[in-house]
Amino acid sequence: MADGTGETVAAESRPNIHLPIYLDYQATTPLDPRVLDAMMPYFTGKFGNPHSRSHSYGWEAEEAVEAAREEVAKLIGADPREVIFTSGATESNNLAIKGVALFNKDRRNEIVTVVTEHKCVLDTCRHLEQEGFKVTYLPVQQNGLIDLDDLRAAVTEKTVLVSVMAVNNEIGVVQPLAEIAKIAHEKGAYFHTDAAQGVGKIPLDVNAMGIDLMSISGHKVYGPKGIGALFVRRKPRVRLVAQMNGGGQERGMRSGTLSPALCVGIGEACRIAREEMTADNERIRHLAHKFYETVKAKLPDIYVNGDLEQRIPGNLNISFAYVEGESLIMGIKDLAVSSGSACTSASLEPSYVLRALGVEEELAHTSIRFGFGRFTTEAEIDYAADTIVKRVSKLREMSPLWEMVQEGIDIKSIQWADH
Amino acid sequence: MNAVATYLDYNAGAPARPAVVEAMVAALSIGGNPSSVHRAGRLARRAIEEARDAVAALAGAEASEVIFTSGGTEANNLALQGAVLAGTARRLLVSAVEHDSVRAGAEGAGVAVAVIPVDREGVVDLEALDRLLGQGDGTALVSVMLANNETGVIQPVAEVARIARAHGALVHCDAVQAAGKTGLDFSSLDVDMMSLSAHKIGGPAGVGALVKRAGIELRPLSLGGGQEYGRRPGTENLAGIAGFGAAAKLAGEMPELAPLRDRIEREVLAAVPGARVFGAGAARLDNTSCLGLTDVKAETQVMAMDLAGVSIGAGAACSSGKVRPSPVLIAMGEDEATARSAIRISLGWATKVGDVDRFLAAYIEFAGRALAARSASRKEFNHG
Repeated sequence: MADGTGETVAAESRPNIHLPIYLDYQATTPLDPRVLDAMMPYFTGKFGNPHSRSHSYGWEAEEAVEAAREEVAKLIGADPREVIFTSGATESNNLAIKGVALFNKDRRNEIVTVVTEHKCVLDTCRHLEQEGFKVTYLPVQQNGLIDLDDLRAAVTEKTVLVSVMAVNNEIGVVQPLAEIAKIAHEKGAYFHTDAAQGVGKIPLDVNAMGIDLMSISGHKVYGPKGIGALFVRRKPRVRLVAQMNGGGQERGMRSGTLSPALCVGIGEACRIAREEMTADNERIRHLAHKFYETVKAKLPDIYVNGDLEQRIPGNLNISFAYVEGESLIMGIKDLAVSSGSACTSASLEPSYVLRALGVEEELAHTSIRFGFGRFTTEAEIDYAADTIVKRVSKLREMSPLWEMVQEGIDIKSIQWADH
Repeated sequence: MNAVATYLDYNAGAPARPAVVEAMVAALSIGGNPSSVHRAGRLARRAIEEARDAVAALAGAEASEVIFTSGGTEANNLALQGAVLAGTARRLLVSAVEHDSVRAGAEGAGVAVAVIPVDREGVVDLEALDRLLGQGDGTALVSVMLANNETGVIQPVAEVARIARAHGALVHCDAVQAAGKTGLDFSSLDVDMMSLSAHKIGGPAGVGALVKRAGIELRPLSLGGGQEYGRRPGTENLAGIAGFGAAAKLAGEMPELAPLRDRIEREVLAAVPGARVFGAGAARLDNTSCLGLTDVKAETQVMAMDLAGVSIGAGAACSSGKVRPSPVLIAMGEDEATARSAIRISLGWATKVGDVDRFLAAYIEFAGRALAARSASRKEFNHG
């Protein structure tokens, strides 16, 4: 695939920058080197099957897995026995939603979720509709947050599960989890949250927030890909139907040999997040703010999608009016960014999340998701802001629409001829 | 763990080969999401496709037929449940010696499950298969493993496939234990689906594959992104898959294990009265030996070996610590006490003559003590 044709902004003069600059922290986060160090022994010497109870290789692997489970639990205020390991957040979401729905199907058959959820949550809910469940897809407000009155109206005595993500993967907004849990519980429904983008980014406490099930991803929190976890509350106990059957590992909820290395990886990633989240967030907030202020000062007509307050610091989804998003991305090959979710990045359809916010299709097409994280540096931010400003200005110079706007023509009033 | 410890439990999990570790560390440093279109994403994608080629070559299949999963258990569940959910199969026939993930996966699929019996050596009864296939309605899916995890007994899978074809049935083969230990050829076995696991061939735990012939419809277990041809959504286990690819490339590089295994059996049988080898009359993997010592529980034997620095297995590793007689040996017609006495010694790519020496010395010494104690006071051991 071609790398695009954009210009490079004198990178030689900035020797401390490694190009391309990775600004796609919501797609995946780079592995923290400390996580790799923790995993290394389990790639080589410590190769026991953690389920082999009869010899010391197996015990050692099991101990490592249990220590990792404890780290994951600590980060979210859970008991280690409430954490089961999976292959990732997609599996966790499927297991949580299908598992709880199917276990309780004779009792309750309604599910409430939100239109801006991750594709795997929406696909799972659509599947359950075919199985006879009634699913309500709540809209979001212009800021990307749900209206709690909408939720109150949707949850009934027949609702088995309310599933609302903690942090949106495209626009970074944080939903009011504790309030959502309260509304779900008032009607006796369970509350599941897809916290793939939230764990390690915002403080989460399953007990204080009333969360019954929570999906966690390793590679969104500087851990490895291919591992995730599902928090399943024990008191009161949440029961679910397993999707994978076999050796009965993970309390029967998820059979299959676990990877000690991957478990150790997500455990170490969670430990680091617990200890460093506050400092990380402060630094990232400063960088994101600087990026936004720099770009905004030089470019008119840009819009941040999603609430400006209720958000993680490491995400800015910005619409650059009058610039076609794909051309912009192709033109900034020095920046690894995306126009939306990685899972749908091959598609040129505008994001369903932005459409749900009421962002017009034209403007949605001009949107870029910038993700900042633990390894983003100030120099990278300066370089990225500079690149964006130059490229957007140049594209706008070439845009007839931009020219008309500058001349004071209201684009919306134009009657376009058919072609 | 001490450095001279002897590991003879390869069927539970083989240590990763050095090249596998290198491939994984390299993949971990790529950083991108394989679904992203920018450069970091494309590098990640390339690593996955290279691994897919290597795994396809190991399996004798096309790269487009390889679906990566989180391991053998998921591959087996995807094959059986996925086929039932998609309406591809209306009933299931599984052999009596299948791995838990096939048995439990079949039971969880929500259709009728018939069990194909095995003979005293643990080989599937082909006549019974033929009869069972003729007894039900709707397309059947037959699942027979290529090699058994406990005994190493190799099943006549090509024959199974031929009989299944005659009935219009589909065939799944759990080749998790066979891969890298015996020849593997997806197309000449003429099966429709085949499960593989990386950590049984010197790759990492937590990754496997389902090889699936084009045109066999499966519904994924999880729904979501379009990864793995839409059959297995979720961000790929990049490092695990790269490690699997590296292991697949090296799977054929195996020392001569049959002489080592044969020596273990010869010396144990000669030195330990009452010792038995299960499945010895059938074609077996070169690396596996399933031994029984009447009236001495498997856990007792395994613990004693562990104290002597030798790791071996007691039946399958997946029983989550539950002490139960091996269902494989029960299916072979052994009584419960015998099935409780079976241990498994399994060799692999890093096994040396010295490992076998240490096992033999420790085991023969232990067995002598155990048998002497037993004849002195049988009661004590029955309670042990």
